[in-house]
Amino acid sequence: MVAVDHRAQAFGIGGDMTFADARARVPELAAFPHDERADATLLDWLAEGCDRYTPMVALEPPYGIILDITGCAHLFAKGETGLQNDLVDRLARHGLTSRTAIASTADAALALAQYGAEGVRDLPVTVMRLPHDAHSALRRAGLYTLGDLADRPSAPLAARFGEKATALLARLLGKEDIRITPRRVPPALVVDQHFAEPIAREEDVLNTLDSLAADMAVQLSERGAGGRRFEASLFRSDGHVARLFIETSAPTRDAPLLNRLFRERISSLSDPLDPGFGYDLVRLAVPVIGPLTLQQLQLEGGSVAEAEIAALIDRLAVRLGRHRLRRLSAGDSHIPEQASLSFPAVEAAPPNHWPQPETGEPALRPLYLFDPPQRIIVMAEVPDGPPRQFRWRRAMHDVSRFEGPERIAAEWWKRRNMRGLTRDYFRVEDVRGRRFWLFRHGLYGSEQVNPDWYLHGLFA
Amino acid sequence: MIRLTHSLSALRQRVALINPAPAAKAGGMFLLGDDMVDARLGGGLGRAALHEIFAGQEEDAGAAAVFALILALRGGNATKPILWVRDDRVERSVGQIYGPGLVELGADPDRFVMVTAPDELATLRAAGDSVKCGAVGALVIEPYGKARTLDLTATRRLALAAASSGVLTLLLRVGAEPSASAAQTRWSVCAASSEPLAANAPGIVTLNVNLLRHRSGVAGFEACLEWNRDQQICVSQTRGGAALSGGIPSSAFFGTDQAKAA
Repeated sequence: MVAVDHRAQAFGIGGDMTFADARARVPELAAFPHDERADATLLDWLAEGCDRYTPMVALEPPYGIILDITGCAHLFAKGETGLQNDLVDRLARHGLTSRTAIASTADAALALAQYGAEGVRDLPVTVMRLPHDAHSALRRAGLYTLGDLADRPSAPLAARFGEKATALLARLLGKEDIRITPRRVPPALVVDQHFAEPIAREEDVLNTLDSLAADMAVQLSERGAGGRRFEASLFRSDGHVARLFIETSAPTRDAPLLNRLFRERISSLSDPLDPGFGYDLVRLAVPVIGPLTLQQLQLEGGSVAEAEIAALIDRLAVRLGRHRLRRLSAGDSHIPEQASLSFPAVEAAPPNHWPQPETGEPALRPLYLFDPPQRIIVMAEVPDGPPRQFRWRRAMHDVSRFEGPERIAAEWWKRRNMRGLTRDYFRVEDVRGRRFWLFRHGLYGSEQVNPDWYLHGLFA
Repeated sequence: MIRLTHSLSALRQRVALINPAPAAKAGGMFLLGDDMVDARLGGGLGRAALHEIFAGQEEDAGAAAVFALILALRGGNATKPILWVRDDRVERSVGQIYGPGLVELGADPDRFVMVTAPDELATLRAAGDSVKCGAVGALVIEPYGKARTLDLTATRRLALAAASSGVLTLLLRVGAEPSASAAQTRWSVCAASSEPLAANAPGIVTLNVNLLRHRSGVAGFEACLEWNRDQQICVSQTRGGAALSGGIPSSAFFGTDQAKAA
């Protein structure tokens, strides 16, 4: 048995009892299979909701959450206890029984919550999680609580039980502290707005984001900084958190721009925001800020046009997704499909060096490229003759002109077995004037018994 | 009789107000670079306007795209980026735009921003936003197939936005039949046999373009154009006869539309 609830405990069930014993004692006992993954998901969801108290939230699996509330408690009427009561109330609304404790170190708080003692010095030595014989040794020595251990010099303790034990003791007693590792990196800048009465209308949420963005713009301009990613978190009063991200192609602190992008983001959500009983906390955060100086407008309006394009790209990228707006970039490879790469347009453009064609030559590379290449049936001379006729998409094409082969070897130096099929490319024109780019995959005889043919691109 | 002339001129004025002649619009005209074609077009094509380009057949997708690219390179503002908005399904059916291929046609791939939209409506919405942005040099819209939502209203909206923002807007249609639209010109483009190079190698890009319709009444014609990448001009080819055919489109398929437009 993994866990029992209050009512079962009232019947005296729990501890190391086996399920058969428990059933024997209470025949109508309801049992459910243990689902570790569901537990982990619930814990994660709760931790998400705890973001409202502090950005420093860490998980302590399987059943613990640690909040670093340094500098956060003053936001509540009764300070630390106010925060604690708020948390317990919220959990109780979900039917969850919680045990909470506040202490000066994470380890101490965890131990207090687990053992429910008044102070750290009252905790039993079993908190230390030493080997079983070590615990019995401590008991025999008359050391029952951490207070007993704390009064003794630590050197003999370290000699007997190891350095780890003394380090843990120091952390439990608050003599030493280690930082918790938060589950999400705390953002560089946060502004938020609490509501006594939760808001539910989308328009109200947007207006709140507007005013938060204006606050943020002021703070950013004081620092001479801007952000490229912004995150809005909408905390529902029942603990659920909705998060919206927007991204801009250039660092910005322009509040109207952020407002437009958030409006765009909300209207493009595949499943609309579900406010439930309303949001009681709206937060706007910038994960990373970078320097952003004031820009001088160019007289000929160059930078204005650039800003307009950037705004258009941002808007479309927020609506369609960042990967749907792309710029081309030259790839350093002779393999055709790797010679042209693409990257999201919201990212900074890398310098490109496109190989320039020779004057007077026809186009040697197609405008449209199939990725992956399309398999075709070709009639060609063996072993390495040009294609005479090919079938693509159920239509026959008779080749009237061709050029090739242009032999492109596989990148054998990148492959572990130092092999790969050679491609023989042909530029062909059919009798109706359409120009195609075909290749034979593998050399006839030496690499492939019967090489396949592919259509790789369309010229004009 | 005088009254009749008066009312006719009044009517003409009203029509001109509703539908201003392309020359009167901002942005002016651009030429294709070939004297004969430009003369037939009456001084070129409108810069701040919508032009429709149909691929003769699905296999002519490449040819139609090259013609759109030619118009974008000739007519678009060279300092501004070219936006190419495509439906995802187009990408699957004709392939993606290939950087080195753009270079081979004399375009700078760094000028291009490729936008792919998940469906027809998103394509049109993205296009609608882009056409309003005056900082766009040229806009190519490539919806998939028949694209029923792209009706007279939708094209009229695009054409009006293009006229006010000055963005050259090109509607590239593969696998679609011409229907009512507000575009300034409508072209049908097919690939044409090229002038062979040594050893019968395929030559320079050659297109058979057919002006199906012109809003200000320029008669339709057919021309065989070669794209000179190095000088960035079109050169019409004379191949066993006149370079430009008469006003009657050769394809019977488009005949009805021609009659409608006339």
